[in-house]
Amino acid sequence: MRYAMAIDTNLCVGCSDCVVACQVENNVPVGYARDWVVEVTEGTYPNLAIELRSERCNHCDNSPCVRACPTGASHYAEGGIVLVTPEECIGCAACIESCPYDARFTHPDGYADKCTFCIHRVQNGQDPACVSVCPTTCMTFGDMDDPNSDISKLVKSRKSKVLAPEAGTNPNIYYLT
Amino acid sequence: MKEELIISGRMNPHVDPILNTWGWEIAFYLFVGGISAGLLFFSALYVIRKKEDIYPAAVKLAPLFVPIFLVLGLGALFLDLHHKLYFWRLYTTVRLESPMSWGAWTLMIITPLSIVWAASFVKEIWPKFNWWNIKLLNDIEKIVIKNRVSIAWPLIVLAVVLGIYTGILLSAFNARPLWNTSILGPLFLTSGLSTAAALIVWLSKSKIEREIFTKIDLLLIGIELFLITHLIMGFLAGGQVQVESAQIFLGGAFTTYFWVFIVMLGLIVPAVLEVMELYGFHIPAFAPSMLVIAGGIIFRFLMIEAGQITRYLY
Ligand code: SF4
Ligand code: SF4
Repeated sequence: MRYAMAIDTNLCVGCSDCVVACQVENNVPVGYARDWVVEVTEGTYPNLAIELRSERCNHCDNSPCVRACPTGASHYAEGGIVLVTPEECIGCAACIESCPYDARFTHPDGYADKCTFCIHRVQNGQDPACVSVCPTTCMTFGDMDDPNSDISKLVKSRKSKVLAPEAGTNPNIYYLT
Repeated sequence: MKEELIISGRMNPHVDPILNTWGWEIAFYLFVGGISAGLLFFSALYVIRKKEDIYPAAVKLAPLFVPIFLVLGLGALFLDLHHKLYFWRLYTTVRLESPMSWGAWTLMIITPLSIVWAASFVKEIWPKFNWWNIKLLNDIEKIVIKNRVSIAWPLIVLAVVLGIYTGILLSAFNARPLWNTSILGPLFLTSGLSTAAALIVWLSKSKIEREIFTKIDLLLIGIELFLITHLIMGFLAGGQVQVESAQIFLGGAFTTYFWVFIVMLGLIVPAVLEVMELYGFHIPAFAPSMLVIAGGIIFRFLMIEAGQITRYLY
């Protein structure tokens, strides 16, 4: 099993509902975010193209954050979800330095924190909060190892990319373009 | 002109707009780790080569600083931890993939060893000192003095590991292109040895010792300049993020700091002063030494700051 997310950049309108949903669902401290929206404008005036992306931890297959962690607090859970166990974390920030996506931060309580793919919801068969709440349904969550899952079909049938593939982390968030 | 404009809604403290999660604590820790590694290396080396009496400052006096340096370094590392109560978790596992982990273990072994090592020289510096007449301490001292050479071997290996570790701690981070170069390990090791040699020159009262350590330091400065050239050339031959990393020192934000404080004042000027000294000009020993040590400190601070600016995305 390999959990992944496909996000359709053509459907995203940049409303940040996913950001708020995550903050509420996961009790993210004020001023912090586990997911965020990026707007990229590219081209030569007047021929400009805008891409909107909802970003978060990529739950990489080859996670530098898991390797950098001196205590094993950062680890792979079921389906390749990358998690932090606060009771094992010393707050050294090695994982924050090691993430090419800057997806992590130090929680005000001292431990490293980031997106969990809402593992508590996924274990109950629900989608992550951001996926459920998106008004344009631009996100699809599922198992990439199952060829019949919606996400596998989407990634196969559409053009997609991952962020900073050259960093060699094998990210699991696909952006449909 | 083709442009790319990126606006991110993320504003996490110490991550945005530029990463500054690691501050002076880590830079200081890397510096004292490096200089301690160098001091232990020279002390152990000349014990093995039986030159204690020719190089008294290097062998006997300088190692007395090491336990102080290491404890201060560990203190700084501890300050940097945000989840301090769980500090002990570092010592419940060994994770070889994580430099932070094997570095913590190296320090765990080398710190007590350096205390014992330094303690065995205390009486040679202060002959009247007698360990408060505690028999156990005097007995331990006798054992250590008798087995100095056998302790020197593991010590010299651990010193090299510690010196290289101060570089590898950074170079293991693929996410920060400026750090992600295998040259950083040897470069920080050389820099640690050089700052140690400079401190020994400063401490020494013997002309022969000063001269030999001045020569050692000159050699090390030469190697450092060579490694720095390679560092920059390596970046310029790399991909876009690597080229951008080199640019930080070639016209970018840290250009002046790098060339003026590290290359000129930290390496070239002290090297020139040391050469003049060797040719008989009277240069006060503290001048080149202080420059080399200050250069070493600034170098660590700069690498920590600059490395966190370099990144893959935005
Ligand atoms: S995105 Fe960053 S934090 Fe998430 S798994 Fe990859 S390296 Fe780790
Ligand atoms: S901050 Fe915590 S999770 Fe991150 S590397 Fe350090 S111990 Fe591991």
